[in-house]
Amino acid sequence: MILLELFWSFFQIGLFSFGGGYAALPLIEQQVTRMHSWLTVVEFTDLVTISGMTPGPIAINAATFVGIRIAGIPGALAATFGCVLPSVCVVSLLAFLYFRYRDQRLMQAGLAGLRPAVVALIASAGVTICRTAFTAEQGSFFSLFGVDGVAVLLFLAAFLLLRWKKPNPILVMLGTGVVGGAAYLLL
Amino acid sequence: MANRSASPRKKKGERRCFRLFLATFYISAFTFGGGFVIIPLMKKKFCDGFHWLEEQEMLDMAAIAQSSPGAVAVNASVLAGYRIAGIPGALTAVAGTVLPPLIILSVVSVFYSAFRANPVVAAVLKGMQAGIAAVIADVVFSLGGDVVKSRRLLSILLMSGAFAATLLLPVNVIWILLFCAAAGVGRGAVALWREKRGRAE
Repeated sequence: MILLELFWSFFQIGLFSFGGGYAALPLIEQQVTRMHSWLTVVEFTDLVTISGMTPGPIAINAATFVGIRIAGIPGALAATFGCVLPSVCVVSLLAFLYFRYRDQRLMQAGLAGLRPAVVALIASAGVTICRTAFTAEQGSFFSLFGVDGVAVLLFLAAFLLLRWKKPNPILVMLGTGVVGGAAYLLL
Repeated sequence: MANRSASPRKKKGERRCFRLFLATFYISAFTFGGGFVIIPLMKKKFCDGFHWLEEQEMLDMAAIAQSSPGAVAVNASVLAGYRIAGIPGALTAVAGTVLPPLIILSVVSVFYSAFRANPVVAAVLKGMQAGIAAVIADVVFSLGGDVVKSRRLLSILLMSGAFAATLLLPVNVIWILLFCAAAGVGRGAVALWREKRGRAE
């Protein structure tokens, strides 16, 4: 039965993809293009592009995209449910353990070591996003040595605004979307 | 809504779940690129906005989310939801996080060739990337500043080392996290041992 197959494939993707983001790509590719012929390689590449342009984790995007093409809305739901289920079970257990034992001395010491590393990981996610955001598209009016001037200006303006005025970050993003979109289209 | 203080713990559990659902839905709808991008947004909303979580808890949760199987954004919502309202909270948060990509991708997969070629969509999305980068930079400045101000040499070294390693080395981040946790445990063990020796003398 196709719904069960979708569920099972994405259950495995959810269970074995560690590290999040693009770390899940090889697994998804193997499941949907090689083990099952659900997508062609070209469709898979499109999926990766779309995932980059739309919100949400790539595994969930893939589950929805593949599910809907193979078995419509029920397919999308089955695949997404499969993809999320391992996380919910494993992480709920870890959450329970964390809140139960976090006051232990050594546990605290380990967590104190982890926190600076997490700040570093957030920073490196920022660097990756900056790289994509600042790369100028070909023939762009504002590019200087391949750097997108509009994006850099938007980034600086948004950053200063966030530091000084502490506005709602989502409004800031929408704002850069509108201003940047207008600048890219009109100029 | 974002600025009202949190309701009393048990009495308004349902309302709390509803707000949790709205918040995760809203955050997920703007988490482009997935992964760690969701952490700064959650920090802004749950720590600074609702005061449901402490900053340190948020960082611990980020580490656990990264080290568990599955998408980081989903894992982080399970943790935050669990902390805020137990298992119902975890389920609510996951539903809120999964629905936006589910809905958006369902629409996009129907019109995907048209969507991909649309210049307005592409321009707005490109502009939004700069805004997301600024939000992340803002959070990194606050959190990184706290680490530097703590004046704990090991923490500062771990932070700069981990940053360099993620950018320069082709190494799975799990190993970086394990290394930093081990370094922290080592520091804690040394402190415990010194205390015991001090007491014995």
